[in-house]
Amino acid sequence: MNFRTGDCLEANSWICAKFISTRKDELLSALQQHVTLTAETVAIALAISLPLAIAVRRGRHARGGLLGLATAVYTVPSLALFGLLVPITGLHSTTVLVGLVLYSLTILIRNVLAGLDSVPAEVVEAARGMGMGRLRILLQVELPLATPSIFAGLRVATVSTVALATIGYLIGEGGLGNLIHEGLTNYFKAEVLTASVLCVLLAIGLDAVLVGLQFLLTPWARRAGRAQ
Amino acid sequence: MSSLRGVVDWLTDGAHWRGSDGVVVRTLQHVELSAVALVIVVLVALPVAMWLGHIKKGGFLAVNVTNVGRAVPTFAVLTLLALTSLGIGNRSVVLALVLFGIPPVLTNAYVGVREVDPRVVEAARGMGMTGMQQLRRVELPLAVPLVLNGIRLAAVQIVATMTIAALVSGPGLGRIIQEGFATQNEPELEAGAVLVVVLALLVEGGFALLQRVVDPIRRAHRGDSSRGSRGGRSGRSRRPAEPSLVAAASVVGAGLQNGNREEGLGAPSTAG
Repeated sequence: MNFRTGDCLEANSWICAKFISTRKDELLSALQQHVTLTAETVAIALAISLPLAIAVRRGRHARGGLLGLATAVYTVPSLALFGLLVPITGLHSTTVLVGLVLYSLTILIRNVLAGLDSVPAEVVEAARGMGMGRLRILLQVELPLATPSIFAGLRVATVSTVALATIGYLIGEGGLGNLIHEGLTNYFKAEVLTASVLCVLLAIGLDAVLVGLQFLLTPWARRAGRAQ
Repeated sequence: MSSLRGVVDWLTDGAHWRGSDGVVVRTLQHVELSAVALVIVVLVALPVAMWLGHIKKGGFLAVNVTNVGRAVPTFAVLTLLALTSLGIGNRSVVLALVLFGIPPVLTNAYVGVREVDPRVVEAARGMGMTGMQQLRRVELPLAVPLVLNGIRLAAVQIVATMTIAALVSGPGLGRIIQEGFATQNEPELEAGAVLVVVLALLVEGGFALLQRVVDPIRRAHRGDSSRGSRGGRSGRSRRPAEPSLVAAASVVGAGLQNGNREEGLGAPSTAG
């Protein structure tokens, strides 16, 4: 544990400032890859889950089938899911993205449906009484009121994606996971710990960003909070 | 469809099933270590969660442990363990499995006990039950649906984490997938994936079935509709209390059914 003298690299210490300073570029580019992969995943999953949930919410069978499918996908371990995707998408970065999107979808579909279900029937009735059409009710009444539930789903999906993305290293597309794996093969403790800690910090950071975004997007919730 | 053919060929080749790295041995390793970990998780997390729920304290910890568990990559934890003096062996793998199995059990059991209708607990106290009796005979039976939900989520999480253990040369079925990836042998990695999926779905399905069979609220309902109180275990010796307990139980059950029960509180971080 002599990281103060500077040869923590030779000593193979867990915590090593020299490692961070000498490999800064590599760490940053892995972090960037991780952020990009996570953002793409969650954005695509949201873009798919919103219309899908809206389409199936009234159909009992479609809804039940979709939720059942979501549970089944959620049950499949990530390593196996990537394995199953290989024949479809190949040993390619797409495999990682598709796998991560599938997991996020299972979370988001549930939460979008729960959010839409939570809109009080009287509110929809009132909107209809004001002469709003179905599309306007959806966009201006139901989706805004479903926002808290959708954001809860986005937060879970984002945090899970950051953690899951690490095993994307198998196809060379794991962001910080690449460094964790490299550290494992070289028995390099500082690399593994630094990348792992960065991963957790990234999850916490992105979660905080989403909390802030939700705060900005739901001004009525703030007003209600103050009124109480 | 050539890949499907390859998977079938791989799976039907008897040589892949025999030996110390064959499917049979790998499956047994996977199931055995997962089972040991699940038993430890239940023994450790359940009493703590139920007690915290009973005294209605520590909710922040009990609920947030799931969020923390989700943010920590299982691969990172397994790798860190591999580089410690423990190395990767059965012991360190079970340790990792336990770490990731605890959150869902802790959160669900805590919420299950915490959310028991206070009027029911009040009634139990009025009947002269001690704190321990309330916990064992009223709160625990009413919390069973969520407790079982937590155990099911933990089991699924453990089986998934066990798969990842292969990436740090741990035992289990994940090894077949990992070797397939390492040697770019697609039939092998796909066959391994199929085996893991079958195991995971069996575990999920088995526990879902168990939830249906054991759930005292469902049993009480079944008892009502067929012949008397077959499921009224909680009140057999104190007959007068039974109807109110069962009625309250069904209220709680209905609430859970619509809410957190179907959604699965603290769903696992999917395999990490």
